[in-house]
Amino acid sequence: MKRVVITGVGVVSSLGNNKSDFWDSISSGRSGIGPITKVDTSDLRFKNAAEVRGFQASEHFDDRMMLMLDPFAHFGVVAAREAIADSGIEFDDALRDRTGVITGSCLGGKETEDAFFFDLYANKKSRVPPIAIPRSMSNAVASHVSIEYGLTGATFTTSTACSSANHAIGQAFWLIRQGTLDAAIAGGSEAPICNGNLKAWEAMRVVAPDTCRPFSKDRSGMILGEGGAMFVLEEMEAAMKRGAKIYGEVAGFGMSADAHHLTMPLVQGAAKAVKAALDDASLVPEDIRYINAHGTATQANDPMEANAIRSVFGDRADDIPVSSTKSMHGHTLGAAGAIEAAATVLGMYYSVLPPNANFTEIDPECRVNVIANEAREGSINAAISNSFAFGGLNAVLAFKRFAD
Amino acid sequence: MEGNSISEKVIRVFAEFKKVPVEDIKPNTTFEELGFDSLDGLNLIFELEEEFDLVIPDDKVQSMRSVSQVIEGIESLLAAKNEA
Repeated sequence: MKRVVITGVGVVSSLGNNKSDFWDSISSGRSGIGPITKVDTSDLRFKNAAEVRGFQASEHFDDRMMLMLDPFAHFGVVAAREAIADSGIEFDDALRDRTGVITGSCLGGKETEDAFFFDLYANKKSRVPPIAIPRSMSNAVASHVSIEYGLTGATFTTSTACSSANHAIGQAFWLIRQGTLDAAIAGGSEAPICNGNLKAWEAMRVVAPDTCRPFSKDRSGMILGEGGAMFVLEEMEAAMKRGAKIYGEVAGFGMSADAHHLTMPLVQGAAKAVKAALDDASLVPEDIRYINAHGTATQANDPMEANAIRSVFGDRADDIPVSSTKSMHGHTLGAAGAIEAAATVLGMYYSVLPPNANFTEIDPECRVNVIANEAREGSINAAISNSFAFGGLNAVLAFKRFAD
Repeated sequence: MEGNSISEKVIRVFAEFKKVPVEDIKPNTTFEELGFDSLDGLNLIFELEEEFDLVIPDDKVQSMRSVSQVIEGIESLLAAKNEA
């Protein structure tokens, strides 16, 4: 089987609107969580989120494209452009034919729908613009990136709530590994901060009134975030042949379904996906030296995830550094796996393990080795990144430091 | 039973939600006995907010684990609302 490496990284997030700013923030433990500015929160029980700041979409897109793109597509397309430029990949006709675009999104163009439906129901308009459908479809990012670069290989979007991006990256990895594609642009993006969607999250009663404190005894729920991250994945030999900079190797992917409950996660389901990722990567538990946790900071997730980690790694879990970077970039839903893969892969590349911010005291129900508040130096050879979605759909990626 | 006391209304919301006769809902009945999981609980709280035109704060929800606890909670929230 072929090996798959990461040669380009692009990020738009509350921690910075490019890969370098993102890494500077995340490695110094700065949180991007703050008061919501995009919508009026006076009628909401929570007031904070991790919003993208200082991002002017019109600097990246002309008027015609501005009409066509929802903010979730702004984030996704801009991140993809950065990843492609970063990789230095040059597409000729043969490579375009064998490159695909695989993106994750939970909500699609929810801001667009929210605004147009508001026009219908509140403003009593009788029509919405014809761009409503193409702007809000969840596959918009995959389609726009494929059109912009002329990429005609396998291209699609996965929508599995909070696991969307991990499922997308996992599929891209497998398609290259099995020889269907030579390269892929893969990742996820999300723009969840619109009134209708915030109201829906308020009703779930899982959003923190203050901030996101994964695995902490005083945690009070998740914090929503927006943004996107994209990667260029390439078949290893091709990447080496063109002298590409290689950030790391996608080593394995595992997925599972809890077959249990829509909102209560199950230890066995999560553990099954972690084990599947290790097996797929031909790694053993001893190899894993960092876990980027799903770590939503809800009452339900964190103890479940800690128990899943213990069930796979046993007492070795005491020595494996764990962090949920959602403590800094928030829960970006369909983009989460991608932004967290960026944190994991850049962490391995720079030998710095990103911290778990806003941490005060370990919840005794969450017996994991949390990287509390400050990044740790550490050269590691393998790591995993977990995503466990509502609906009980789990997706775990395993990464290795690159060595040919 | 068409009574309009708070407790009668709460019991009616429970009965309609569970699709059972109101006689099956007793004040000491717990969410567990009704077979509620966390999502059922959230949906029931939503129905109560609609019935009483109330916002039930998250911390209040945590303390509502039986019919009588819901009645007490709603009564105190309504009293606070009427004072405001």
